[in-house]
Amino acid sequence: MALSVEQATKKFGDFTAVDNLSLSVEEGQMHGFLGANGAGKTTTFRMILGLLDPTHGQVTWNGKPITYDSSPFIGYLPEERGLYPKMKVEDQLIYLAQLRKMSKVDAKKETAAWLERFEVPHYAGKKVEELSKGNQQKIQLIASLVHKPSLIILDEPFSGLDPVNVGMLKSAILDVQKQGATIVFSSHRMDHVEELCDDMSILDHGKVVVGGSIREVKRNFGKHNIRLKMDKELTALSQLPGVEKYTGTIDGAILQVTDESTADLILAEAMKLGQLRHFSIEEPSLEEIFIAKVGKAYA
Amino acid sequence: MHSFWIIFKQAFMTKARTKSFIITTIIVAAAFFLLANLPNIIESFGGDEDGQVLHVIDESGELVPQLQAQFEQTDSDIQAMPTEMSEEELRQGITEGTIESYLIIEEGDTLTARYVSESANEIGAGSDVENAVQAIQTAQTAERLGLSGAEVGELFMPAQFEREAVSDSSKTEEELSQARGLVYVLILLIYVAVIYYPNMIAMEVANEKSSRVMEILISSVSPVKHMFAKIAGIGTLGIVQMLIFGIAGYFAFQTSGSDMAEGFFSVMGFSDIKISTFLFAVLFFLLGYFLYAVLAALLGSLVSRTEDVQQLMLPMMFLIIISSFIAFSGIGMPEASYVTISSFIPFFAPLVMFLRVGMLDIPLWEPLLSIAIMLLTIGVLGWFGARVYRGGVLMYGSSQSLKDIGKAIRLGNKK
Repeated sequence: MALSVEQATKKFGDFTAVDNLSLSVEEGQMHGFLGANGAGKTTTFRMILGLLDPTHGQVTWNGKPITYDSSPFIGYLPEERGLYPKMKVEDQLIYLAQLRKMSKVDAKKETAAWLERFEVPHYAGKKVEELSKGNQQKIQLIASLVHKPSLIILDEPFSGLDPVNVGMLKSAILDVQKQGATIVFSSHRMDHVEELCDDMSILDHGKVVVGGSIREVKRNFGKHNIRLKMDKELTALSQLPGVEKYTGTIDGAILQVTDESTADLILAEAMKLGQLRHFSIEEPSLEEIFIAKVGKAYA
Repeated sequence: MHSFWIIFKQAFMTKARTKSFIITTIIVAAAFFLLANLPNIIESFGGDEDGQVLHVIDESGELVPQLQAQFEQTDSDIQAMPTEMSEEELRQGITEGTIESYLIIEEGDTLTARYVSESANEIGAGSDVENAVQAIQTAQTAERLGLSGAEVGELFMPAQFEREAVSDSSKTEEELSQARGLVYVLILLIYVAVIYYPNMIAMEVANEKSSRVMEILISSVSPVKHMFAKIAGIGTLGIVQMLIFGIAGYFAFQTSGSDMAEGFFSVMGFSDIKISTFLFAVLFFLLGYFLYAVLAALLGSLVSRTEDVQQLMLPMMFLIIISSFIAFSGIGMPEASYVTISSFIPFFAPLVMFLRVGMLDIPLWEPLLSIAIMLLTIGVLGWFGARVYRGGVLMYGSSQSLKDIGKAIRLGNKK
């Protein structure tokens, strides 16, 4: 187990920010963290990084506690972006890489390569404060990847970016993962987590309410959506046994069922009503799972 | 150690390259040259002083050559010249600026002379003239009394007068006045340094916090290492700047070659430099710097915005200002008991103990004890500061008071 958080609890006075949280991420995997504001994501990250010590429990990386000796192997993108506003992009990236014990020569080479990859090599000599927010974010991401870390913590890496840049950053992160890095990231975009992650956790009030591989989470949720498309009144179907929820759509309806076998019954009943254009059994979306587990919509 | 040097270098270089640092250094160094060459500069501007012509109304006609002889003897530039003009005409001349000064001199039982110039605050010339007239009268009187030159000399022989203080620790009056100037200058330097550089630290820390780069920094290296590397970096910057000032000052006074420079050196006690005074100055500068730098880093770590730094630094500034009051007032009376006591209080010691070491011959154990107390305080403050710093740098909020220290410690706490 590469990264392991064992029953970690962090209290600030009487307030429990993280409550008995356990988490394990295999080497080379990407783990998504979901949770409303104040759910304890950043505190968990800070405990993983050793910025905060857990009140109880422990965090280990390859069986050893994470200390500043591990600094060269760790990359961190904090939620609150931070760079020296008056320092030049290149100098800054080299400095931050050097702090992670990369040699100056390597740092310079890597910095140039990353700036090239993000299509901003001409910003090398510019001050950070002169850059747009989106470009600052690229620099921030480079700062967390430039020293070739093996454990990367990304707190909301895609917030505030346009779709083109999100795509660019996503592919960069996937490439780093392919090279063997273990990545933990939080996002408020469920689709990003669904698209990128192997495993995920949903945090609520400092506790993991749902965790595991995304497929497993969806399966264990125990509910499926049946999507029907037909030009008929379908409300009658909501009365069928096993249908938990009925949602009408423009061109049909979505029925939530617990048991997959109920689908046969619905299909049979629907066909009696008329011409069926579309019938599918869909996995629940993370959004639904989130709302069901946390009891409110995300973000 | 590697990352320590990276931060150290970064702290040093970014500050050393700022315009404000470079400009301050150049201005102060230039000020030394200006000060050292002040007499030359004044002379070159007020160049008409040499060969000042003194118009003399002298009815006897014998006094002018004697006056001239006196001026020559005393290396004065004044030229005595008999005049036929009336006093009204001379006065008119001065108002119009064609004449600089005139002298009306009459012989009687004693010499009666009146010196008239445009303004009374003219330095030098007036007293030169007075001395010359006095010398002539002395010579005349001696002649009338039949005294020889040697006898006149004897008459004006000064008494042998020396002052000596019984107290062990006090230096002789001569030593004291020599030390006073040097100590004064050095205390001023230490005072400026313990305000200026620790302020720099607090601003740096607050800057890194407000730009939020701090979280990346302390996830890379430990906050304690970060704090001490920064303190060492800025401290080195301070030493370098002081060295530049020192060298500039030394060369400025060496090369100027003016009389004033020599005079300045001897008055300030620089001609008879005591190495130990300088060593103590450097030592107390370093101790004072570290003491206040740790405190400043601690305070800087508590604020979220740079605007709030000054407010939180206020108590620290008061400490420095109070210690400067004690030190500067103590120059006149270094043996006062309040000076002695405060020289062992860590926050006052850098200035006050240095004052005592510089002004008095106190036994070595006293400064050593004071240094030990300061080292201990720096140690405790460093340990305490590191704990506050560790939590403080993660703390963001509107409240900016010293109460936050407790909050910061809890946040950075192990358990």
